[in-house]
Amino acid sequence: MAGGGTLRQGPRRGGNHKGMRHNMADSRLEIDALFKRYGDVVALRDMSFDVRAGELFGFVGSNGAGKTTTMRIALGVLSADSGECRWDGKPIDLDTRRHIGYMPEERGLYPKMKVGEQLVYLARLHGLGARAAHAATQEWLERLGVAARRDDDVLALSLGNQQRVQLAAALVHNPDILVLDEPFSGLDPVAVDVMSAVLREKCAQGVPAVFSSHQLDLVERLCDRVGIVRSGHMEACGSIDELRSTAADHLILITPADPSIWASELPGVTVVERAGERTTLRLDAGTDDQLVLRAALARGPVREFTRQRQSLTELFRNVVTDHTAAPEVAA
Amino acid sequence: MNMPNMPLDSTGTWRPVGLVAMREITTRVSSKAFRILTAITAVIILAVIIVLHIISSGGPSVDDVGVTDAALGQPLAASASAVGLTVHTQPVSEADGKAQVQDGKLDALVALDDKGKLTIYFQKKVDSQLQSATNVLARQVALDEQITNLHGNPAAVDKAVASATPSVVTLIPQPQYNAQGIGIGIAAGALIYMTLLTLGQMVAQGVVEEKSSRVVELLLSTVRPWQLMAGKVLGIGAVGLIQVLIYGIIGLVAGAVTGVLPDISAAGSAVVGLIVWYILGFLLYSLAFAGAGALVSRQEDAAGVVTPILLFVIAAWVVGIVLVPTDPNNTIALVMSLIPMFAPTLMPMRIAMGVVPFWQYGLAVVLTIALIPALLWLSGRIYRNGVLRTGARVKLSEALKAA
Repeated sequence: MAGGGTLRQGPRRGGNHKGMRHNMADSRLEIDALFKRYGDVVALRDMSFDVRAGELFGFVGSNGAGKTTTMRIALGVLSADSGECRWDGKPIDLDTRRHIGYMPEERGLYPKMKVGEQLVYLARLHGLGARAAHAATQEWLERLGVAARRDDDVLALSLGNQQRVQLAAALVHNPDILVLDEPFSGLDPVAVDVMSAVLREKCAQGVPAVFSSHQLDLVERLCDRVGIVRSGHMEACGSIDELRSTAADHLILITPADPSIWASELPGVTVVERAGERTTLRLDAGTDDQLVLRAALARGPVREFTRQRQSLTELFRNVVTDHTAAPEVAA
Repeated sequence: MNMPNMPLDSTGTWRPVGLVAMREITTRVSSKAFRILTAITAVIILAVIIVLHIISSGGPSVDDVGVTDAALGQPLAASASAVGLTVHTQPVSEADGKAQVQDGKLDALVALDDKGKLTIYFQKKVDSQLQSATNVLARQVALDEQITNLHGNPAAVDKAVASATPSVVTLIPQPQYNAQGIGIGIAAGALIYMTLLTLGQMVAQGVVEEKSSRVVELLLSTVRPWQLMAGKVLGIGAVGLIQVLIYGIIGLVAGAVTGVLPDISAAGSAVVGLIVWYILGFLLYSLAFAGAGALVSRQEDAAGVVTPILLFVIAAWVVGIVLVPTDPNNTIALVMSLIPMFAPTLMPMRIAMGVVPFWQYGLAVVLTIALIPALLWLSGRIYRNGVLRTGARVKLSEALKAA
């Protein structure tokens, strides 16, 4: 995946995009300094990030960190105490929202309405004409593998299929922006693949997409950039590589000479543990691992030397636990 | 998707309202329960009219009566009409007449024997009205015979007797309301009462359904709260209007065909009044029900917020059914029929009975129309503030206060 700084545009979008996407350089979803409190509980404090055209942005954080609140404010179903959400440099209004595909955290469809009718209705509410709405409904039902349930009430569907219909509801009006709250929760592996493919495809068309998830391996695999939220504030934001570059890495050494004697003297290196000939070292961000290798070779043979890239899960854990001293604001 | 840039911006302010309303109409009208309920109500209306027709035609029904002496025909018809019976007489021989009564071709046979004695033959059941008509006739026959024996003129005596009826005067005149007015009044009141009751709750349940299923969050990310509320109210209102029209037209047509409604133009204007007051009443109450529904998140809690509003509807109907049919100008009924919350049920009842002066009608309409914008503002505010709040019931004061 490309780094966070790269602005994806142009070739994959094709030439037929006009209208609100005329100015691709500005086509960013900007969340700017949102504050929100419920009574004494601070839900958001200075929440800021942006999602660029064609970028898949992963929104991660513990339960209650403020992800859903942020998304609901962006969709206008909740108002912020202060701050602003912008698209194309302009505050998001109802007209812009019609171009957003939204999947609320609390799934919601009419339980006693047929799947097909429901999607046509939602597409038309978002501005599609009757024929386009029917065509889009059929297309998405087929792509998401629920075309056979078109004439069933939503109530009669399994939870997994309801989830697919919910995704279809977010996509059926061919949105220019995607805001999906936990789109992967409750999906079987096949549906996860379908969902991933759809997200990638929409991004390839130049659609900025932000989604929240607790499945960090999935976020790591899919996203161009990731934002880690804690207590209503964006603690870290960037590509996985960027996040890694600011975090400590682990180094695995297998060598008979005990590095605990010399390693701690190297700047930025701490010994985590030693078991037999296997030693785990912690390298602070920016420490040159080759320095460690040379020092180890100077003292004996090195049978194995592995730098462990931190996974998003570890990065996330670091971000969250680094601040344990900070006051817990939102439950 | 191959056409990423659809003409999305052509969405007017009223387009979403129309879409929401259309969804309400199609889902309600296509629901089996709705169709069955509407059909049953229509059948009940038809049945009532047919029963009325049978009862009323049972009164002045035409009886075919055979008489053995043609001279009996006219006096028998006269004495029958005195007891409210229409009789066609035809002269037959006694044997033929008995046979025809047995076959059911004649309703009865009145035979006069040479001694001047009358006999009345029925098939199985004795028609007591016809019997008493014949009693009168028998006495007259006997009387005429005596008068003839005394050399008097029976015809002159009969005429004098017939004209000797007292004049009847009531010192405090009690206005008589015709049966048609009372009937239409009760029917109109009942229809409006039932419609407000069911449709009002339908509005509240619809709002709660959107809240409890959480679909409202998805909807409100693309339409404004007032558009959703207006669409719902107009859609369900249109469904109700269709129902009221069906009932009104069935009642009117059946009434005209069967002759149950002798004054069809009065009945027609009653139906117009019914529709006017249905529309006003529905707008008024549905707004209140929509606001109330937005306060709760579960169907189980809906009754708690809907009941206080229902009490207004029920109060109007109780006053209407108890006071109006006998005394439509009763002070309580009159005053309540001017108050917007009660007028939709009471006004059409009083109008059908023909006692509403134009100023009362106008005042009630103006007051009701004046209240609608105020209620629209109030309910719109409650709805907007309540509809996205889930969990516990939202306090009315909070819903009014919140920005």
